[in-house]
Amino acid sequence: MEIFQNLIFGFSVALSLQNLFYCFLGCLLGTLIGVLPGIGPLATIAMLTPITFSISPVAALIMLAGIYYGAQYGGSTTAILVNLPGETSAVVTCLDGYQMARQGRAGPALAIAAIGSFFAGTVCTLIIAMFGPAIAELALEFGPAEYFSLMLMGLVAAAMLAHGDMVKSLAMVVMGLLLGTVGTDVNSGWRRFSFDIAELADGIGFVVVAVGVFALGEIVANLGDSKKSAVFVAKVGGLFPTSDDLKRSSGPIIRGALLGAFFGVLPGTGPAIASFSSYMIEKKISKDPSRFGHGAIEGVAGPESANNADAQCKFIPMLTLGIPASGTMALMLGALMIHGIAPGPTVMTQRPDLFWGLIVSMWIGNLMLLVLNLPLIGIWTSLLKVPYRMLFPAIIVFSCIGIYSLNNNPFELYLTALFGIIGFMWMKFACPPAPMLLGFVLGPMMEENLRRALLMSRGDPMVFLTQPISLGFVIATVLIVVVMMAPALRKRRGDITG
Amino acid sequence: MKLELQNNRDFWAGMMFLGTGVGAMIVARHYPFGTTLSMGPGYFPMVLGGMLVVFGAFILLRGLRKKEKIQGSWSLRALIILPLSVLGFGTLMNLAGFIPALAAVVVLSAASSREFKFKEVLLLTLFLGVLSAAMFIWGLGLPYPLIKKF
Repeated sequence: MEIFQNLIFGFSVALSLQNLFYCFLGCLLGTLIGVLPGIGPLATIAMLTPITFSISPVAALIMLAGIYYGAQYGGSTTAILVNLPGETSAVVTCLDGYQMARQGRAGPALAIAAIGSFFAGTVCTLIIAMFGPAIAELALEFGPAEYFSLMLMGLVAAAMLAHGDMVKSLAMVVMGLLLGTVGTDVNSGWRRFSFDIAELADGIGFVVVAVGVFALGEIVANLGDSKKSAVFVAKVGGLFPTSDDLKRSSGPIIRGALLGAFFGVLPGTGPAIASFSSYMIEKKISKDPSRFGHGAIEGVAGPESANNADAQCKFIPMLTLGIPASGTMALMLGALMIHGIAPGPTVMTQRPDLFWGLIVSMWIGNLMLLVLNLPLIGIWTSLLKVPYRMLFPAIIVFSCIGIYSLNNNPFELYLTALFGIIGFMWMKFACPPAPMLLGFVLGPMMEENLRRALLMSRGDPMVFLTQPISLGFVIATVLIVVVMMAPALRKRRGDITG
Repeated sequence: MKLELQNNRDFWAGMMFLGTGVGAMIVARHYPFGTTLSMGPGYFPMVLGGMLVVFGAFILLRGLRKKEKIQGSWSLRALIILPLSVLGFGTLMNLAGFIPALAAVVVLSAASSREFKFKEVLLLTLFLGVLSAAMFIWGLGLPYPLIKKF
């Protein structure tokens, strides 16, 4: 079986001392920021990407990925113990997890959340290993027309499915695409929107945009609306779930993992939607729905599995097609590019160590989180006592050092400050910044493929409709728009995300 | 009427998109546009600018109808001081070295919060200074002088 050979190769990469260390570091950092409210994986990954230059691309990706899924674990810990979702995906976990904690069953809730997440992680690792190569092989046949249509579909879907105003999301995608055109045009050598500033000739760095908008802008917003929250930490008590707990949880865990995997490959749907859907399903099929909201373990098991599965399966389109399905994946893609790896289906054949090493490391990382997190819960919750006024200067400092180290040039910092202000304005106007980041990262590739496709078709725009695969993507794009605009669904969508 | 507009979220969002779109089109009008067969550097930005104008106008008009308000405060203090702290770091890194730049960014950014406490910030500066010097300069070997000699 080829899949086992590949996985064994992946283990040989992921188990190297260096990669294990970065996997551990990533998981640790991820849990940390997952626990701390006010800083998310997106800002952290953006902040740390520049300092991964000094390590190998495989180790860098392994660490950044660890931050991403580690944050899901951390987020659920605080959701259960203090009713404070560290990450948006953990909002649902608060409902029953915190109730369990108040009944003195925080231990089993945490244990089930960790077990469910680990199971979901295992399922997703297998799914990626099984389907990844097939998707990449298919994508190798893609020409520029197919790629353009695929990116179009990805961007439209991400904007329409993401939570928030659809029209504004689409406008933000366009905004991102436009920002992506800044700098020297590869085809003609023209400097676009550079205003004779030498530093802008290479375009705007994606780290600058991401840190500015997601770290700086967020902090300004947080400082404006400072919320005082009294932290009541529930006692953990015994960790082990009873056999009844395990029996009740097994179904939700399996369903949650599959549901999360499904939502995971869809662009735009964050882990929050996966976990919410899982909660709704468990509540619906439960024999006694009234238990939900009063400490039903199913309400922890399902959503926790779902959000971890979603987080992990988001890697499928990123690694096999080079198309990010979320803001965080756009950053991962950017990190790949910074390390000189051209994203797309060729990653699997040209850098098998990266692909398989990363996938297996995610499984190892999940195992580490399962083993390490439960004993460390005391440390994590004590971190919650660190006040935000001491936390955010640290975030700013690390962001500044990271950005300065890009080119050892203060210009990037000036630009970051500017994007901080812009990002804050966007937040005030309720314009979601994540779709912008997707457009920004994909923009240059999209323009390039559009140009090439039209050059090859001698200027005939029908090329996007005459190539069968491209036509499929275009139809899917139209379908997404039509379905999402349908009034009935719009209302339901509002219920889920609003 | 004027007062209502000031707080109208979608009106300003629309203005922002509209303005960006128009601005992009004005700047990009000097770039060769090319043809559909062989696009010039002006083609893509021009089309995107046009799309932003359309989106912006739509959002603006919708805002006039829906009249949704901007949520939360403007946190002017943070909005001004925090970006300044980042600027300060960049400038001081080149002028004076790592430690002064770091101290400046910690103190300034802490000052952007209304809960500024002098002693606490002093300790925080010390802690972050030692931590980041250990991590980035001695650990990762970034080539920055702690203090620049004049």
